Amino acid sequence: MTEPLLSVRGLVKTYPVKGGALQRIVGTVKAVDGVDLDVYPGEAVGLVGESGCGKSTLGRAILRLEEPDAGSVWYDGTDILTLGAKELKGYRRAAQVVFQDPFSSLDPRTTVGDSISEGLRVHGIGAKERARRVADVLELVGLEPYHAKRYPHEFSGGQRQRIGIARALAVEPRFIVLDEPVSALDVSIQSQILNLLKRLQNDLGLTLLFIAHDLSVVEHLCDRIAVMYLGKIVEVSSRDILFDRPTHPYTEALLSAIPIPDPTVTRERILLEGDLPSPLHPPSGCTFHTRCPIAVTGVCDTFSPELRSVPGEPDHLASCHLRTGEYTHLDRATV
Amino acid sequence: MTQATANGGPVLEIRGLKTHFFTRDGVVKAVDGVDLTVEAGEIVGLVGESGCGKSVTSMSVLRLVQDPGRIVDGSIRFQGTDLLGLSDKEIRNIRGDRISMIFQQPISSLNPVYTAGFQIAEVYRVHRNMKKGPARDKALEVLREVGIPDPERRIDAYPHELSGGMAQRIMIAMALAAGPELLIADEPTTALDVTIQAQIIDLMRDVREDLGTAIILITHDLGIVAEIADRVAVMYAGEIVEEADVETLFTDPKHPYTRGLIGSIPVAGARREWLDVIPGRVPNLIDLPPGCRFAPRCRARLENDLTICTEREPALLDVGENHTARCWLYSEGRR
Amino acid sequence: MSDPTVPPQPPDEGMPPTNVTDPMPAMAEAFAFEREDEIERAVGEGFAASGGDVSGHATGGLWRTAGRELLRKKSAVVGLVMLTVLVFLAVFAPVIAPYDPNEVLFSEGVAPRDAPCIHLLGCPDDQPQHILGIDGNGRDYFSRLVYGARVSLLAAFVAVTFAMVWGTIVGLIAGFFGGAADNVLMRLMDVLLSFPSLLLAIAIVSVLGPGLINAILAISVVTIPQYARIVRSSVLSIREQEFVAADRALGVGTWRLLWHRIFPNALTPLVVIATLGIATAVLEIASLSFLGLGVQPPTPEWGSMLAAERNQVFTAPHLVFFAGLMIMWNVLSFNLLGDGLRDALDPRLGR
Repeated sequence: MTEPLLSVRGLVKTYPVKGGALQRIVGTVKAVDGVDLDVYPGEAVGLVGESGCGKSTLGRAILRLEEPDAGSVWYDGTDILTLGAKELKGYRRAAQVVFQDPFSSLDPRTTVGDSISEGLRVHGIGAKERARRVADVLELVGLEPYHAKRYPHEFSGGQRQRIGIARALAVEPRFIVLDEPVSALDVSIQSQILNLLKRLQNDLGLTLLFIAHDLSVVEHLCDRIAVMYLGKIVEVSSRDILFDRPTHPYTEALLSAIPIPDPTVTRERILLEGDLPSPLHPPSGCTFHTRCPIAVTGVCDTFSPELRSVPGEPDHLASCHLRTGEYTHLDRATV
Repeated sequence: MTQATANGGPVLEIRGLKTHFFTRDGVVKAVDGVDLTVEAGEIVGLVGESGCGKSVTSMSVLRLVQDPGRIVDGSIRFQGTDLLGLSDKEIRNIRGDRISMIFQQPISSLNPVYTAGFQIAEVYRVHRNMKKGPARDKALEVLREVGIPDPERRIDAYPHELSGGMAQRIMIAMALAAGPELLIADEPTTALDVTIQAQIIDLMRDVREDLGTAIILITHDLGIVAEIADRVAVMYAGEIVEEADVETLFTDPKHPYTRGLIGSIPVAGARREWLDVIPGRVPNLIDLPPGCRFAPRCRARLENDLTICTEREPALLDVGENHTARCWLYSEGRR
Repeated sequence: MSDPTVPPQPPDEGMPPTNVTDPMPAMAEAFAFEREDEIERAVGEGFAASGGDVSGHATGGLWRTAGRELLRKKSAVVGLVMLTVLVFLAVFAPVIAPYDPNEVLFSEGVAPRDAPCIHLLGCPDDQPQHILGIDGNGRDYFSRLVYGARVSLLAAFVAVTFAMVWGTIVGLIAGFFGGAADNVLMRLMDVLLSFPSLLLAIAIVSVLGPGLINAILAISVVTIPQYARIVRSSVLSIREQEFVAADRALGVGTWRLLWHRIFPNALTPLVVIATLGIATAVLEIASLSFLGLGVQPPTPEWGSMLAAERNQVFTAPHLVFFAGLMIMWNVLSFNLLGDGLRDALDPRLGR
């Protein structure tokens, strides 16, 4: 088996919560709570979850845009969390990011060309070579070289997202974190960008971490999918297995909640009750037990489940007492 | 074009509605000749991408279009009364009483300085002249109806204490308080997570079943439309380009834009190598292309080598039973 | 509903016809294309930017756009014109003023506070023309008024620039680095803010001694917190923007980030506050001079001219009126301009 390109181990990122008149720290939110994740070279991994589940924080921590509290992020044999600013430079070329908001992701006062070439300048590439690279990547993402001289406000949302992708590609990275790259776009533009990303991944052999709240978008692009809930990964597996045999009850619910644009399809809906619990006071035991349709009192609200492989499927991991843990005999929902 | 049915007549009948915005750069034809009929107890999906005029259409119904926008032509008949002919006071009495509206951002739609219960009770006090006590009782009742857990406690909650899903339920409760004949829901689930979205969709379906309220559902998400709408109107650049019952629209779409839209959505569980793409972007509503507004992005036009598309604008043509499309492809023998 | 009145302009996408007819017949069955990007190139997004600037405006930087917006605002244009007149007076004072502002003209036969003598309005030709009369010390009042524009504009401009530079440095550091730096710097600013500004200026001048330079220094120091606060709050919001995160992911260094990304984007509110700040500075310089703590005689300055003749308000009202009018003119021009700038630079009011 090939070695993972990126390997996250026990990553924890907490934020202090301030309150009261004096803005004292009154608690901590564990945005990412002990995450393990492997990304293999050339694959696209989807990271899915609802708002506040910590998926974006995880993406930022992997890029060291946020400093994690604990854990390690191994890239190509180095723990990048231990690197100093100078040593980090190499990683900054290898790992790039594309953001969600096409409006705030480009500096309104800088021309598109300057925004794209900023990374090249940092890495000591001369002006002439920079200009050539900018023209190249603009064409790669379906824009024209002369667009380099324009300002972001002259472009539509879809075009700005292309520019954001061009900026990431300019430094020739191997690995790109895509943080909800299409969720701010219109449906018809969304498919343009998804196809573009897929083509780029095929042509350039990129490794992608695709963060999204929409499982159907992730399904289109990703080979493997990880589902997050309240800072923890609750299920990981290859795309097909996840869609065919979702194991964690949360994944099941998430899958059945996606509206399908086909009125002839009738489905058994697993409707989750209640809201996402506050990450400030996560539930005891399995954090999903408050909304879980199969939770067993005395087990799920007491012990925290671990991510284990589904019986008979070594590459399919889920963290559920009743499905992959020691309490499978208590699961009334499975046959 | 749908005709009014014999039994009782439609709840809402929009004919030739034109709402234009008079800006410094020119006249933005946000809604440019829209016909739409909503029968009693019917859920009509109004679908389109941002800027297609779907929200402006709904704002026009309640006469909530603000400067520099103006309704320049057309009629909007609500149960036989022309809403455009009413005085400001008369239309205010209709708003929130017989036609109510819910919006995309539930939390910012509620007034932050009053409790949820107070705001619901206010509907009864304004429209039903109820006293404080009975109004509060009615508010509690309607909160229970929309499935708010623990309504006795939530009734005294302030908007910031509510989650997005809860706030949207309260918005719906408020909208339903006076027992309206028509509910206009403008992207009611766009700001919500998938699992919460499923809850709200279910709630809206129940509202129609239990109370017989007709609903205009404005959304960009074809999945949601397929889930609950009876009939769908697709809007593009200020016009309705196709209208049909929901099954026909999804199984046999006629207009190239509708086809493109359906083909461009990634569907969970139905994997394709490439998504369909509608090239280009929505036209500038100030400076519309001549002929069919979709012509510059239309592949069907190029494949069929139609020149008329860029010269004359097509009318809504009957393409099947209760199925209309605004496209020259279906005009053989008609001109 | 076909509309024959639609102008025969090219569609928004602005695609040349050659691209339309060429690749298309080759396409297979409808709505099932294998590779989308060629078609996309032909019909699509790529062309949108070339012909389809949504606004229809000429292209250019944000500042240029703001400049155009500014010229659409009536009040801003009025402010701009008023300011131009002042600047013209200040720059060409030696040409415009008929006399040296400090020259005592008793030798030419004038008396203190002589009424204005304007030949056009029937003042005898044998008398020397003094269109605004003579001040209490026998100097040509009009010449002093013209030279006063120099002092007033220069002092206000220097004071604001000084405050803006220090305020920006403090705000950038406090906002970008946060933590202890933020705490120490902003508490210091709070302390400065807790003094009534004119009183603090008076205190500073009393210690350092009266004079123009000290007055400017006093006024600037007092206003530094305003600029620091505004810069800090913009930095706080810009710091969270995704384009800053994207630059950090590219490995852009802290100082370049601060100088090339954060600062230019924080400049907008700063320019507005500075313009309005000049108006305030003009008033404060005049106030300090009025109290005898600012510009020292015989240098012509509107505030001190006002003070010198304040007892003559009933006997020679023009000597008080015109100095006051100039102060008002100056303040008003910057206020109008500042308000216009605020509207022009406000993104919410854009199209």
